[in-house]
Amino acid sequence: MKFNTIKLMTIAVVVAFSAYNCSSDDDNGTTGPVLPNFTGTYTQEDQIARPAINTVFASMADKNTFNVTVPSNQGVAFQTKFQTKLEALNPAHTDPTYTNALGFNAAQFTGVLATDVLTVSLTGTTTFFDGTNVLTGRALADDVISTELLLIFGGPTGTDNPGLTSDNVTANDKAFLTSFPYLASPW
Amino acid sequence: MKKSKILIGAAVLTIAGFFTIAADHIDAPAVIGGTSDITDLYAFQGQNTNNIVFVANVQGLLSPASTTGAAFDENILIEFNIDNDGDAIEDLVIQATPRDGKMYFFGPFAPAQTGLNSTILSSNGFNTVDITPYGTNAIIETNNDMSFFAGPRDDPFFFDFTRYTEIISGTATSFNNPGNDTFEGTNALSVVVELPKAMVGSGDTVNVWVESKRKQ
Repeated sequence: MKFNTIKLMTIAVVVAFSAYNCSSDDDNGTTGPVLPNFTGTYTQEDQIARPAINTVFASMADKNTFNVTVPSNQGVAFQTKFQTKLEALNPAHTDPTYTNALGFNAAQFTGVLATDVLTVSLTGTTTFFDGTNVLTGRALADDVISTELLLIFGGPTGTDNPGLTSDNVTANDKAFLTSFPYLASPW
Repeated sequence: MKKSKILIGAAVLTIAGFFTIAADHIDAPAVIGGTSDITDLYAFQGQNTNNIVFVANVQGLLSPASTTGAAFDENILIEFNIDNDGDAIEDLVIQATPRDGKMYFFGPFAPAQTGLNSTILSSNGFNTVDITPYGTNAIIETNNDMSFFAGPRDDPFFFDFTRYTEIISGTATSFNNPGNDTFEGTNALSVVVELPKAMVGSGDTVNVWVESKRKQ
């Protein structure tokens, strides 16, 4: 034990000394740690905010385009297409008086979804849907797929198309951590 | 009853052409299976409720065997975009890209330009964390009230995608109860950043999205 302590002290001193040397070298501008090269232009290939929007609502021909359309242009480019898609998924949505559980008809719902940004609360609960709060973030445990299925198929009270409004997988396959980095260790 | 069943059937058939895999796993032909393929974004209040946490996952559907050889791509920039005035245009970015076993983080700061092309403002200071090797405990770096992680984690996404494909292919008309998590036992490569809410915005909300960008 004592020997280990001495060894650790020695290491600490050596490290401190060499660190000082490094820092000294830095002053001379000759050696020392150098930031890697980060120059150049990086061009977009993929993007996501809310889960599964591109997957569910963009047609195959539009999927690549959706990923390289800036969010502020997505509404104009995709709202009408998303509405057509929603009406195909749940034909009841072709009636403009038909709403989902958020009170949105097809035009209103896809108007929200087409601009794919995730709104995140800075003042309280952050969840995709927890039974009370809606679209205030996305927590790891949120059952986002069932929420989306409910909003697509469930109609105004969430009771339409009962076999399609939940996949009945309600939780992750591993428990999340209460502290950073929050995600479970890999399999 | 019969009519609604037919309608559901029609709806289900319609889905078939459009769904690939949720959430954003292999969502589009150009990125499927590549190192720029983002699977999910998470944004939530931290354990310290003064903080907000952003998670970007890439390269999903990794089996344990394939996780061993999975690595972040040094030519890919992962960029968290933060709009704090409600116009869906980024006011701040947090950039992450790997070099030689470390993930380098830049920001949050205003980007040099908004939109599809980015440069890394490496002169504005940076943070690093060693990328956690597969099979070892999470390596965490905390600096200036920000915490950083990069490495393989269990994919937090869950969905009975198998049953779903049966539904869209017409061999089933509803989900099973209970369902089966198609993503059980799979990993993704995760980038996790936690920082004070005050560093991202002063209002009640921000809009967030994450992008992957390739060096040209």
